[in-house]
Amino acid sequence: MLPFDRTVWPLRLERRSKPSAAMRVASSPLAVLAMLATCLLLFAALGKDPAAAFRVFFVEPVDSLYGVGELMLKATPLMLCALGLALSYRTNVWNIGAEGQLTVGAITGGGVGLFYGAALGHWSPAVELAAGVLGGMAWAAIPALLRTRFHTSEIFVSLMLVYIAQLLLSYLVHGPWRDPAGQNFPQSPPLPDNALLPPLFDGARVNVGFVIALLLAALSWWFGKVSAAGFRMRVSGLAPAAAAYAGISERRNVWLALMISGGAAGLAGVCEVAGPIGVLQPVISPGYGFAAIIVAFVGRLHPAGVVLASLLMSALYLGGESAQIELQLPASVSGLFQGGLLFYLLAAELFIGFRLRRVRARDA
Amino acid sequence: MTTPLAPPRLALHGISKRYANVIANDRIDLQVAAGEIHALLGENGAGKSTLMKVVYGATQPDEGRIEWQGRAVSIRSPAQARRLGIGMVFQHFSIFETLTVAENIGLALDERLSPTALAARIGEVSARYGLPLDPQRLTHGMSVGERQRVEIVRCLLQSPRLLIMDEPTSVLTPQAVQALFETLRRLAAEGVSILYISHKLHEIRELCDVATVLRNGRVSGTAIPREHTTATLARMMVGGELMQCKLEPREPGSIRLEVHNLSLGTEDPFGTALREISLRLRGGEIVGIAGVSGNGQKELLAAISGERLAAARSAVRLCGQNVGRLPAARRRRLGLCFVPDERLGRGAVPGMHLADNCALTGATAGLVRHGLVRGGAARAFARATIGQFSVKCDGELALAESLSGGNLQKFIVGREIRLLPSVLLVSQPTWGVDVSASLLIHQALIDLRDAGAAVLVISEELDELYAICDRIAVLAQGRLSDAIPVAELAAETIGVWMTGAFEHAAV
Repeated sequence: MLPFDRTVWPLRLERRSKPSAAMRVASSPLAVLAMLATCLLLFAALGKDPAAAFRVFFVEPVDSLYGVGELMLKATPLMLCALGLALSYRTNVWNIGAEGQLTVGAITGGGVGLFYGAALGHWSPAVELAAGVLGGMAWAAIPALLRTRFHTSEIFVSLMLVYIAQLLLSYLVHGPWRDPAGQNFPQSPPLPDNALLPPLFDGARVNVGFVIALLLAALSWWFGKVSAAGFRMRVSGLAPAAAAYAGISERRNVWLALMISGGAAGLAGVCEVAGPIGVLQPVISPGYGFAAIIVAFVGRLHPAGVVLASLLMSALYLGGESAQIELQLPASVSGLFQGGLLFYLLAAELFIGFRLRRVRARDA
Repeated sequence: MTTPLAPPRLALHGISKRYANVIANDRIDLQVAAGEIHALLGENGAGKSTLMKVVYGATQPDEGRIEWQGRAVSIRSPAQARRLGIGMVFQHFSIFETLTVAENIGLALDERLSPTALAARIGEVSARYGLPLDPQRLTHGMSVGERQRVEIVRCLLQSPRLLIMDEPTSVLTPQAVQALFETLRRLAAEGVSILYISHKLHEIRELCDVATVLRNGRVSGTAIPREHTTATLARMMVGGELMQCKLEPREPGSIRLEVHNLSLGTEDPFGTALREISLRLRGGEIVGIAGVSGNGQKELLAAISGERLAAARSAVRLCGQNVGRLPAARRRRLGLCFVPDERLGRGAVPGMHLADNCALTGATAGLVRHGLVRGGAARAFARATIGQFSVKCDGELALAESLSGGNLQKFIVGREIRLLPSVLLVSQPTWGVDVSASLLIHQALIDLRDAGAAVLVISEELDELYAICDRIAVLAQGRLSDAIPVAELAAETIGVWMTGAFEHAAV
């Protein structure tokens, strides 16, 4: 029999005749509001004053210029990775190895700064950034080659390459690149001063990477909207059979998607090493490359959405830290927020294509 | 026929069903007597499918009464419909290809039977109604006609008193259609009522005792089909006079498309390999390829369109150039256009609007230039296509998926024709398209031919091929017969050729 009695259940999901444009815009903000409401209720249940918790979580981390700088700093790698991933996912290419491409970008860009920084003078940051992009691309070229040649799944290949990249970095900082003066700590010598990216403004650590990320967001929007290559990638993602029918080369799209997302992730890596970190060490990223997958989807795979979502995700990281310190809440609150956000986002997305309708008695 | 005193097997009184924006059924009355073959006739969107869903319990009417053998019932689910004795053979068969015939049938039965008992009953039913079927055979290698037999036997095992057939002949060879009619007549003679949904008028005239014609969700008339001509039935269905398309004899021009000795394996494990296919197509002619789908149609289209490459450059020649190894985009630049049978997802991107769907193949019309999509030009192109081919839609920014099947097909055919092809490939041009849209598409293809283009039409509908083609060839088991002028080719010959029994004329 039916799982529930339709005569009792008064609401029914009904497909809209066309997707709702209003819901498309509203779904992410609604999800954020629902997530906030849930978490504040939860805080109240834990005996914390919701208003105070809200202040600790979302206001205190950014009530200083330094705090705003930190928000932008943490948003930078998320934004860079997520912009590339969003483009890649829209093309139906499932690069989930941005973390690995980020790591290799950190190695190549950081290596250039380490060994040639002094010689390159004030050109050093530019060359490092380029090397980081190329490093990320090279790492993404492996799944691209294997998929276009042997039909391997880029999901597995790119994911497995994350761990290989992390071990490669670990080998370098434990072995050949270890700082001889570093008292056996597994890290490289610090990058020379001229190889570091200068802060955007005094009193903060955020660097030019944030500006590059914003410019890339604008470029990505233009690319998807107007360019023929972006159009072809979109067609591939929406309807692979239509792409083949129209003579769109799948091979070219796979390569483009992986080069763009790999290069952007590599750039994120070098911006960390040549920015706030300043040395090569075994762990460069606390999982930015993976969190960027969530960012890409919360941003609805749209560049403007990705910019907002990466700022939001960055705020959740910062808020989670300050909640641990000031409210003695466990570290998992950040995960709770991220999970709640994804949950409500998926729920809200349903209402783009569907609506709830009250069932009249005679329908049942 | 029924005696006046016996209640009808099925009587519908004032059935109405509304969806969000449309009234699919508007106060429909319908009576089916015992042992009657009753046609339900109407264009796409006339409300036939909704009405059948109501009868089969797949949806509930908003208003109206259903009487089954004189007793008022409300049919809440297909399972209940089957218990009452209503069976339905769907247009698209739901068959698990990895299972045997008996397993497939067993899965769909409401009662549980042991495999041996089931096999015996399948054998019994298939012998009784002339539906040869081996219960142990795996279904994946079966033709569409055989699969339909599985569906029919599945329904008959439950001894239905009313059998609903939804467009059952759209995929059958002429011989298979005759065999099916034989079975249906035998069933009717035993007192089973049959509701026969179709828009093929000559079949209805041949088979059915009574026809109820639907138009725009209402009953527009009932008729004894044998006492009408196809023209008068069509008028009831369409609600006006139908134009006829005309194929004037015409001297063909130079060779535009040549397929020479093309053999090609298949990537799909259930596909058909092409064997030594040769074909010549001249400007100013329409050549039709008849045959049941699954005999290499998909593979031949992919080989000509360039979605799959041939082994030899000279295996496919387009406007005098060897293109066998050129990818699809390069062939399009040489003037090849293509209307695939799969409209949503292949011929058009469902989630993109019509203007973007013009840009999809519109590079040759200047819709993509210098690496940029020219949005304004694409919108203008889409508007012109919509206007010229009377596509019903919400303007050029409507999503492709929001169009009905027939309108989307008009749009895709129109888009490809407006790219001014020298060679146009069309697969199943009027599958699921209503009568007036079919005529419009046929006329557009003929106009294109008269303008000097070469047109290759692959279709399962022989009537269609006879109406618009200069020559017809048959594709069977991956081999292609010679293309014969229609005047010299009898439908029976095509039926024989569809089984693969043909020889090539000595060259």
